[in-house]
Amino acid sequence: MYGVHKEAGARFIPFAGWEMPVQFSGIIEEHIAVRSSAGLFDLNHMGEIEVIGDGAEDFLQYIITNDLNAIGDGDAQYTVMCYEDGGTVDDLLVYRINRERYMLCVNAVNTEKDYLWMVKNSKGKVQITDKTADYALLALQGPHSKAALQPSVKGDMDGLKRFGFILEEMNGAEAMISRTGYTGEDGFEIFLPSDKCSALWKELLAAGSEYSIKPVGLGARDTLRLEMGYPLYGNELSQDTDPLEAGLGWVVKMDKGHFMGRDALLSLKEQGTVRRLVGLEMIDRGIARHGHRIFSDEKDVGYITSGTMSPSLKVSIAMGYVSSEMAKEGTVLEVDIRGRLCSARVVKRPFYKPSSSGG
Amino acid sequence: MEFPENLKYSKEHEWTRVESNRAIIGITDFAQDELGEIVFIDLPAAGTNVEAMETFGTIESVKTVSDLFSSVSGQIVEVNSALEDEPEFINNDPYGDGWIMIVEMSDPNQLDDLLNSSEYQNYIEEEKQGD
Repeated sequence: MYGVHKEAGARFIPFAGWEMPVQFSGIIEEHIAVRSSAGLFDLNHMGEIEVIGDGAEDFLQYIITNDLNAIGDGDAQYTVMCYEDGGTVDDLLVYRINRERYMLCVNAVNTEKDYLWMVKNSKGKVQITDKTADYALLALQGPHSKAALQPSVKGDMDGLKRFGFILEEMNGAEAMISRTGYTGEDGFEIFLPSDKCSALWKELLAAGSEYSIKPVGLGARDTLRLEMGYPLYGNELSQDTDPLEAGLGWVVKMDKGHFMGRDALLSLKEQGTVRRLVGLEMIDRGIARHGHRIFSDEKDVGYITSGTMSPSLKVSIAMGYVSSEMAKEGTVLEVDIRGRLCSARVVKRPFYKPSSSGG
Repeated sequence: MEFPENLKYSKEHEWTRVESNRAIIGITDFAQDELGEIVFIDLPAAGTNVEAMETFGTIESVKTVSDLFSSVSGQIVEVNSALEDEPEFINNDPYGDGWIMIVEMSDPNQLDDLLNSSEYQNYIEEEKQGD
């Protein structure tokens, strides 16, 4: 794909061992295309791990925090995996093909770690395989993504519900098409064999030209997810943060039976978390960035995990961890931006309400 | 990419236009292109003294924060306050509406340390090859 993107004028950054396009025409322009029309993302760096066997369901129920009983064949589910102490191994999507066959889509930086973690903790009749090298992943996102995708697929995209997916043959190989994404807009993700990727990329760009579809890099992927207040592993999530303080309590299902990290998470839940992830909107001029400290009355109360100038809202937004007593909506805090203390207000996430949501 | 002949250039990618004892300063076409879409600029107030080759402010694109370096020493007599609300002027018109500040020079001889258009273009070619 490198050659295809280079031709399109992309700028690259090395990311988790891949050369990934950070931008094509410009981060803001690409961002706005996704919000108003459609954008196409090359997500080849994302990891795919297959879990198959009689024991696949039981094993996954043990290794993830969400409850797979809530989904059926052809459904995807967002979840996290935790360590014994409640720290986060990764956040991921689990695709249930059937009771004995699942596909996991994990963060690029974590693929090997996740794979080794799952193998180390595997039990029952289960086979775990890292399929990252075999699969390519493209994402088509935005209010016009359905119309832009339909000509290239046989299945009825209208009938595909949010978090649903289908398997179909595409250019002689099995592809998985899901109504999922990381932008907040209606959108689709297409897993397909790596050697079919550049042909589909070109086909989708050509088919979507009437919607002014744009290729989108990782730069806009980050601003889009930030406007939605979605966490990113490495920023909002890490081994040292648990899903409860990250606001992901909704994917931790205590009553599903025993699972990895449950005891620690249950006691954290009962005690109440010491800190919480909050959304911040800057009051003073300035952009809070990852690592900046947050103060209240000269007391250090936390740190920024991500921040940007929101291309849709044209206000400076950020997320960060603060002491729980500072997490109330409307609380005014100060962010130390390279030595300058700038006021910011705790606000509700998402920062932005998308016009399309899909399904 | 344009590098007007009537401007002086620094290795920190600022351009300088001289009008009698005043230096009008901005960032070059090359710099704005490298940074990408500018979303924020933090500038000192008029009246502040600046030193040649020292930072006087910061400029931010979506992904990066960069320091701004003054090409000459002196006192800032005016900053382009329009950039507070429309920092994209720097991308759209780096040598015009995207100007950043005007400095009353304390040592105009410092201008001799700057590059002319073709020297600057050679310099950025070398920088690109060093990537």
